[in-house]
Amino acid sequence: MIEKALRGSPRYWGLIIGLLCVIGLGAGFWMFQLTKGLVVTDLSRDVSWGFYIAQLTYFVGVAASAVMLVLPYYFHHFKAFSKMIILGEFLAISSVTMCMLFVVVDLGQPQRMLNIIFHPTPNSVLFWDMIVLNGYLFLNLIIGWTSLQAFRNNMTPPTWVKPLVYLSVIWAFSIHTVTAFLYAGLPGRHYWLTAIMAARFLASAFCSGPAILLLLTLLVKRLTSFDPGKKAIDTLATIITYAMCVNVFFFLLELFTAFYSNMPGHMAPIVYLFKGFDGDTTLVPFMWTAAVLAIISLAMLIPYKIRQQGPALVTALILLVIASWIDKGMGLIVAGFAPNPFEKVTAYLPTVPELVVSSMVFGIGALMLTVLWKVALSVRAEVEGGNISMVPPKPE
Amino acid sequence: MKSSRRKFLKLAAVSALGLGAGRIGFLGDAPAGAMDIPTAADYNAPREAKHWGMAIDTTRFNQELVDTCATACHTQHNVPTIPGKKGIKWFWGANFEESFPTEHGHNLPEDVEHRTYPLLCNQCEEPMCVRVCPTQATFKRADGIVMMDFHRCIGCRYCMAGCPFGARSFNFQDPRPFIKNFNPLFPTRTRGVVEKCNFCAELLALGKMPACVEASGGALIFGDLEDPESDIRKVLRERFALRRKPDAGTGPSVYYLM
Repeated sequence: MIEKALRGSPRYWGLIIGLLCVIGLGAGFWMFQLTKGLVVTDLSRDVSWGFYIAQLTYFVGVAASAVMLVLPYYFHHFKAFSKMIILGEFLAISSVTMCMLFVVVDLGQPQRMLNIIFHPTPNSVLFWDMIVLNGYLFLNLIIGWTSLQAFRNNMTPPTWVKPLVYLSVIWAFSIHTVTAFLYAGLPGRHYWLTAIMAARFLASAFCSGPAILLLLTLLVKRLTSFDPGKKAIDTLATIITYAMCVNVFFFLLELFTAFYSNMPGHMAPIVYLFKGFDGDTTLVPFMWTAAVLAIISLAMLIPYKIRQQGPALVTALILLVIASWIDKGMGLIVAGFAPNPFEKVTAYLPTVPELVVSSMVFGIGALMLTVLWKVALSVRAEVEGGNISMVPPKPE
Repeated sequence: MKSSRRKFLKLAAVSALGLGAGRIGFLGDAPAGAMDIPTAADYNAPREAKHWGMAIDTTRFNQELVDTCATACHTQHNVPTIPGKKGIKWFWGANFEESFPTEHGHNLPEDVEHRTYPLLCNQCEEPMCVRVCPTQATFKRADGIVMMDFHRCIGCRYCMAGCPFGARSFNFQDPRPFIKNFNPLFPTRTRGVVEKCNFCAELLALGKMPACVEASGGALIFGDLEDPESDIRKVLRERFALRRKPDAGTGPSVYYLM
């Protein structure tokens, strides 16, 4: 099937070449980082994780979000998602790959990274994160590819795929839970030391991930003849709305615990994010932007009349993605380190090399996504004459 | 060509001299107290303990004594001097508020407020850094010392996120150009690995005391916390002592006598 990726319109090839250029530029900067060391980043003794690990955190959420399609489709037989489900699985594949690449570019000694496998350490959450991320990648590769092949050959998918699908549903929760545990168990980091961390991670994943998927799907709908169906779009928008409400609610719970208890350690990171602490206000404008965009996006998503209109939905989703990205892809990691163990703040903002190296990883993810979606949509176009379902017709 | 041959001959000469390497000029200025390269016999009488610990007589510390101890430590371990927020620290000083932020001391006695408190790795009983390390590059020995394997560390910096004391440093760049006094008896590090105080495990193996303890003139008391007759236990019985951030649950082996 992969040959389908080799034939495409000039626009398709233009996108591929553009992404390769981005990847090439980023790879050059990564080489620079490999020769100089992480000194090219703005990381420090105090803020030892930054943009790279924050992107890992955000895209684990995007990867996990495929479950918002898989779960209703397989557990509740919600057939409207049949055309989108493969897109969700392929988005998960490219997101999870980006996550692992972000860990690689963050390592000080990447040539030693197999030490995680040579010296397996069950007491380290990073070890388990590696297991669940790799597992999720392979699950989605196998399930997605096999289902697509079966669809192309007009057959039902082999029976052994079913248990893997059920496993992948549980697994999707595990990848984001384990990633939350990376942070949630550390005694010195008050912003992360909260039992609701994993739940917050899932809530924000289940709004931002499907929002990205829906935006990309609507883009594809515009550019090609592919149509996921109005019911699928409406339902996914509803799921996003609920998840975003839960996401905001969970954050408010954090505010209550921190400020009603009046405990300095719990308040300090939140004060740092929204007001500044120890004279450092680097993240304040970003966090208020996130807060305002989150409220606007909710105001546009909650009333069904607004949500179901195309342009309003797209706007709301874009605002939601920006808000959740600032919260998770910037604020969450840095606020874990600020204030530092000495109740002081060390500023952090990603440097140009950090951003360009990250764009290499984004580029690789986008390239994988483009190729995989191209294959999926071409197979659909080849097979389909009027059959709008991704599920092959039952043999007579 | 010529210069590389000269370099080779120089190195060959040094290798032949072997024992004298520590004092050869082009390797850098060896620390004043540099000893000869130890032989197997020197390891016959190591200092041993069930649980190494340190008591710090804070009343005797000011910035000057902290600097003296820090220099001794940093010289012994080839700790580079890198200014700014990417610096490497094994032993350093801070005021009360920074050293004991969870105490939130207000209206402190003036002398307590104005001391400089020496900070170093707390060699915790339940070290978070060891728990989170994915490759066992940081590990705890039976005698309580938390060690780093610089060759196994992949530079993920999870231990830095885990440490509630900010006691770990990361080599963001090649540290070698920043080493002031080169000690040939202790390894230098590469970029991309984490490092920290090791309670001078390499000196204890030779039967010596840690470098900072030697330099402190008695202000640092080092010994076996499991031995009721040790100096450290005696002083802890007599004086009131604090441990940093007890609520983090890591059980520091470093005590601050107030």
